[in-house]
This record gives sequence, C-alpha cells and structure tokens, in this order.
Amino acid sequence: MKEIESNCSTCPAHNLSNLKSLGIDMSDFDYVIALAGNPNTGKSTVFNSLTGLKQHTGNWPGKTVSRAEGGFVFKNKKYKIVDLPGTYSLLSTSTDEDIARNFILFGQPDVTVIVVDATRLERNLNLTLQVLEITDRAVLCLNLVDEAERNNIFVDVKSLSKELGIPVIPCQARQKIGITELLTAIDEVIQGKYICKPRRISKYHPSIENAINDISNELKKEFPLLPNSRWVAMRILEGDQNIIESVETGKIGEILENQKVSELNE
Amino acid sequence: MNKKNIIKKAEKYRWEIGDDFHDAVIETIYKEASSIAENTVTDKNVSSTLDFKLDRILTSKIYGFPIMLALLAIVFWLTIQGANIPSAFLSYLLVDLLHGLLKSFSAFLSMPNFIDGILIDGAYLSAAWVVSVMLPPMAIFFPLFTLLEDFGYLPRVAFNLDGIYQRVGAHGKQALTMTMGFGCNAAGVVASRIIDSPRERLIAIITNNFSLCNGRWPTQILIATIFIGSVVPSYVAGIVSSAAVIFIAVLGVLFSFAVSWSLSNSLLKGVGSAFSLELPPYRPPRFWQTIYTSLIDRTLIVLWRAVVFAAPAGVVIWLVANVEINNITLAKYFVDFSNPFGMMLGLNGVILLAYIIAIPANEIVLPTILMLTTLTVNIAGAGVGNGVLFETDSINATAEILKAGGWTTLTGLSIMLFSLLHNPCSTTIYTIYKETKSMKWTFVATFLPILLGVIVCFFTAQVWRIFAG
Repeated sequence: MKEIESNCSTCPAHNLSNLKSLGIDMSDFDYVIALAGNPNTGKSTVFNSLTGLKQHTGNWPGKTVSRAEGGFVFKNKKYKIVDLPGTYSLLSTSTDEDIARNFILFGQPDVTVIVVDATRLERNLNLTLQVLEITDRAVLCLNLVDEAERNNIFVDVKSLSKELGIPVIPCQARQKIGITELLTAIDEVIQGKYICKPRRISKYHPSIENAINDISNELKKEFPLLPNSRWVAMRILEGDQNIIESVETGKIGEILENQKVSELNE
Repeated sequence: MNKKNIIKKAEKYRWEIGDDFHDAVIETIYKEASSIAENTVTDKNVSSTLDFKLDRILTSKIYGFPIMLALLAIVFWLTIQGANIPSAFLSYLLVDLLHGLLKSFSAFLSMPNFIDGILIDGAYLSAAWVVSVMLPPMAIFFPLFTLLEDFGYLPRVAFNLDGIYQRVGAHGKQALTMTMGFGCNAAGVVASRIIDSPRERLIAIITNNFSLCNGRWPTQILIATIFIGSVVPSYVAGIVSSAAVIFIAVLGVLFSFAVSWSLSNSLLKGVGSAFSLELPPYRPPRFWQTIYTSLIDRTLIVLWRAVVFAAPAGVVIWLVANVEINNITLAKYFVDFSNPFGMMLGLNGVILLAYIIAIPANEIVLPTILMLTTLTVNIAGAGVGNGVLFETDSINATAEILKAGGWTTLTGLSIMLFSLLHNPCSTTIYTIYKETKSMKWTFVATFLPILLGVIVCFFTAQVWRIFAG
C-alpha cells in the first residue's frame, strides 16, 4: 500500500483512460498541457514557441479548426501540449466549444494554459473565469503586452494573479519573450510549488442560487467524491446535453472521482 | 436519489426559472470579468488609437470596397510587372539549358525513343515549365498577400462582406472561408468547419470554388497580360491587365453570393444565423519573417504540388500526343471531336482537353494548353517537336504560340471565365467528399461550377461575336 501511495504522490494528475479516449497517446509523455483562449489571441503562436513546430499562424480568428498537438521537454520532463480551438466561452454549444470544454473537463490536463490578449483583457476574462470553474490547475499567459502598451493599456500583473488565484505571466509570444517564465510557472503548478486557488463565481440571483444548491447537494449524495458539483449542477440546469448524459451514465462520477483520489493522496 | 431523478428535478427547476438562467449566468460572469478588469487594467483613451481610426476607414461603408479593390490592384500590378524577367531567366535555365543537356545525355546512353519521350519530353519538361512559369508570380504574389494577412486586413475583408452573406441566407463566417479559398479551395473547404449549421456549412463548401485559388491566379495573370494587356497601349497594359484579373476575382465573389442565395432558396432552404466577428488588432507585419514563411509555407508547397502533379500529367500529355490510331494521335481525335463545342463557348478543343488532363491540379492547365496547341497547329520554329512541351523563353513567346493557335481576345476572356467557373481540382473534390461524406453534395459541388461556366462562356461568346463581328 505504501508503495502505491508514494507513487501516487508523484504521479501526474491527468486522467489516463479519458485522455486515451480523447485520442491523446500519453505513452511517451509525463504531463499534458491544454492551451485554451479566445480566438486570435496568439494561442497558435504560443504553441509554436513552446514546441518549435511551425503550425501555420495568422492574424485571423478561427485558424485552429480542431486540436493540434505537439511535445517538448522542460527540466527533463516530457510534456504533451494540446492547442484547443479558440472560443469565446464554454457555455453555449458549438463544436469548437464542445471540443475545448470536453478536453479540459474529461481530459483533466495537468495544467491548462489560458492565453489572453492583453489589449482585450475584459472580454478575454469571460472565458478565463469559465475555465477556472472547471479546473484547479491553470496558468494565465497574458499575451501581446507590447501591443497593449503601444495602445496605452497597462495590466497590473500582480493584482490580476491575486484576483484569479493563478500565476499570470506577461508574454510577447511573437518575439518569444516570456516563454521561459511561462514554462517555469507551468512546472511550479505541476510540482505543487504553486498552489492555485482559482476564483469561482458564487454570487448568483437568490432563486438561481437556490436551484444550484439543491441540485448540487443531490449530486454530492449521488457522487460523493465529485469536486465541482456546483459547476455540474449549473450545466444540468442549463440543459447541457453533454453533461446530462455523463451524469445519467455515471461517467462524470468516474472521472472526477479518479481526480479526487489522486488529490487526496497528495 | 438516483441519477435520473436528479435530471428530472433539474428539468423542473428549468421550467420555473426559464431562459433567465442562461442569461443570469452570463451576466454574472461578465460582471465579474468587468470588475476584475477594472481593478487591474489602466487604459488611456482607447478609442482614439490608430487601430480605431484605421478601422473607421477600412471597414467604412463608403471607402471599404474601393480600398479593398485598390489594394488587390496594387498586389496584382506588382505581380504582373515583376514576374516577367525572372520567368524568362528560369525558362532559359531549366528548359533551354537543362533539357538540352538531358536530351544529349539520353542520346549518349542510346535510350529507347519511347522512354526518352515519356521521361524527358513528358515528365521533366512539364515540371520545368510549371516551375519557370509559376514560381516568379507566386514568389511575388504570396508574400504580398501574406503581408496583408499578417497585418490583419483579411478579417476586414470578411467584415465588409459578412452582411451580404447573411442577406443571401448564408452564414457571415462564409466571408472568412471564402477569403481563405483565395489561397487554396481545399483549405477553404476544411475551414468551413467553423460554421456550425450543416446547411450553411454546405453552402460555404459548395461555393468555395468561386474563390480563385493559388493554382488559378497565375493562369489569370498570364492570360490577362497576353490577351487583355496587349489590346491597349503599353503604358496602361499593366493596369488594364490587373483590372481584368480583379474583374474575374470580383465576379467570383458575386457568383458566390448568387449561388449561396439560390441554394438557400431552393435545395438548402433557411435563414442565415447571426454571429459576432471580432476584428483582431492590426499588427505591424514582421516583414522578413513573413517573406520567409510565405515562400516556404505557400510558394514552395504550391509549387511542389504543381510539380508532383505536372510530372505524371506530362507523361499523359506525351502519350495522348504520341500514341496513334490510324496515324492520328489520341489528342487529335479528341480535339477535333470537341472543337465545335469548344468554339461555341469561345474556347476550343485544345482547352477542353487540357482541362480534363489537368483535373489533378489547376496549376498545369496552361502548360498543357501550350503543348497541345503546338501539336495541333504547325508553328515554324517553335517547340522541339510534336507532342513535346516546349520552351517559351518569355511571355511574348507564349503569346505568339497561342495566337498562332487561333486564339483571339475572346479566347483569352473565355478562358479566364472558364478558369473561374469549372470543377474544383481533384484534391478539393476529395476534400469535399471527406468533409460532407455525401456523394450527392460532392457531385453538386463538382458539376455546378462547370454548368455555370458553360452558360456564362456561351453567352459571352455569342454577345462578343454579335458586337465584335
């Protein structure tokens, strides 16, 4: 038993069987990173500077139609990185949003890197907040800071990190500035040197709050180890077929339980 | 309580709360995002920045379209003016020098006539021809186009057009996939995945072929230079030929509107759905990097594809031009048979045969036409011999051969129209099938443009002949 525990404490948090079913082969990798963000924030550029691959990038929203994958090595660990399609939210259902959401939710990447455009931070934060609702381990890549400064927009990195509860790394991915810092932050989150306390939204209208709490409590009874019952409750209330199905089949319990077990062991 | 009951309970709540739930959630998220931004972002008068001013002009209702056309005109003019000299040089190197060397080498080895013909006169020459004719215009056109893309102009084009697409019952995002089709139709078809509604996605896929692709730009530019530029005084030739190419490109966009409208009022009934198109900020293009990547990513890839398809096509051309039944070559049979039909469209039998041989790649249409033209007419001094793709040291020589083949300004115009309105290349057809998984729609996407091309060319030829005698 002891041996298993010590293995678990060092083992990556990602969910192997689900990653496989999502088409990710993890046999040669230690960790998996998801890259999320609004369209045209430079996600593919960040992807290229991390992997050295030359996926075509362009000043063009919607360049990445499906997932792109690559790999890199940092501090002797092998990382797999998955570039998700750019989306504005994870709420309403378009194919892009489904791909991105399902990957973060069911794939349980070790870290989700959220790439945001510093010149349009407010709009980009909508997606950021939604990502933080479904994952505990995230790093914010504040891209295009040079462009923001040219437009007289300045972001207070420290207080943004405090507000969100995750590391915030200013970057200029096109010039490959900030990439090393980003890698360091990813490593720190994975190794548990930085414990994320992601901001969760908790102030809805009373009648809605009531419904969320009720369903959430029922979910907790049915799936005692479900870590984010509130979020799941909200999706069910919204009529999200994908989530409803995974509750009905019990799939959601399996995934999230696995995660919980590994967290308990840490 | 079991799983099903949780869902039932949630359904009950959903009835009570109604649609407000989704709105309330979104509103809360937006409020939260806004309060975080307020605490962390300092910005000073964003609305007066350069981006904003630029967008007011580039996407303006009055100036948007004229600027779009002017920018396209500049790009084409630079391409047309710049391509001639390097083209002549490459032709000298690859066709005059190297082909001669290869020929004497094969004679030295005393290779059988048949193999020597297929390999050197067929495969090598057509590949060499494609390189010398296509590389220079592509090496100028693609970097310029990529600079515009990198700068952030293409989404503005989409912005200018998306309202029209919605009005014709298609998705506004079709403006984006159409613009991508200007690069490559297969890529444009794949990009149509960004459209969620299957109906609108089908419309985008079927009409993508109306965007002139990489393989067709060089044909358009060359033919316009030869047949349109030559009927006006030389000091305006560059401008007039550019205008002709723009006319064809714009016509393609108009066709994509018209066909989208017809489809969404017949086979694919429905109303265009709304979407928001975020205009990305302008970015100063990274000049050298853009030049480098567009040469590697686009020019060389397209060129490689052309060469890969040209070499086997060269073999086919050599065969149809040299295999004889009753002393008449296969090519001549087909050309004589289809010539009357071709003439009705302002084209000729040679062009029709060339379009069949060149289905794998639009890039090799013109080389095939030239080869077949020398075969069917005897041109003194031109070419190495019957059924051989021959050298054309400059655009002028190309012009001489085509004119000797009986080409007129009408033939030039008709081939420009037909180059816009004909079946997609085989790669695109295969991509359409993969994306739609439907034989029916693949069939429609393949034959609808041909039908339109035949109709448009037929009427153009009739009207032309009435007025030009």
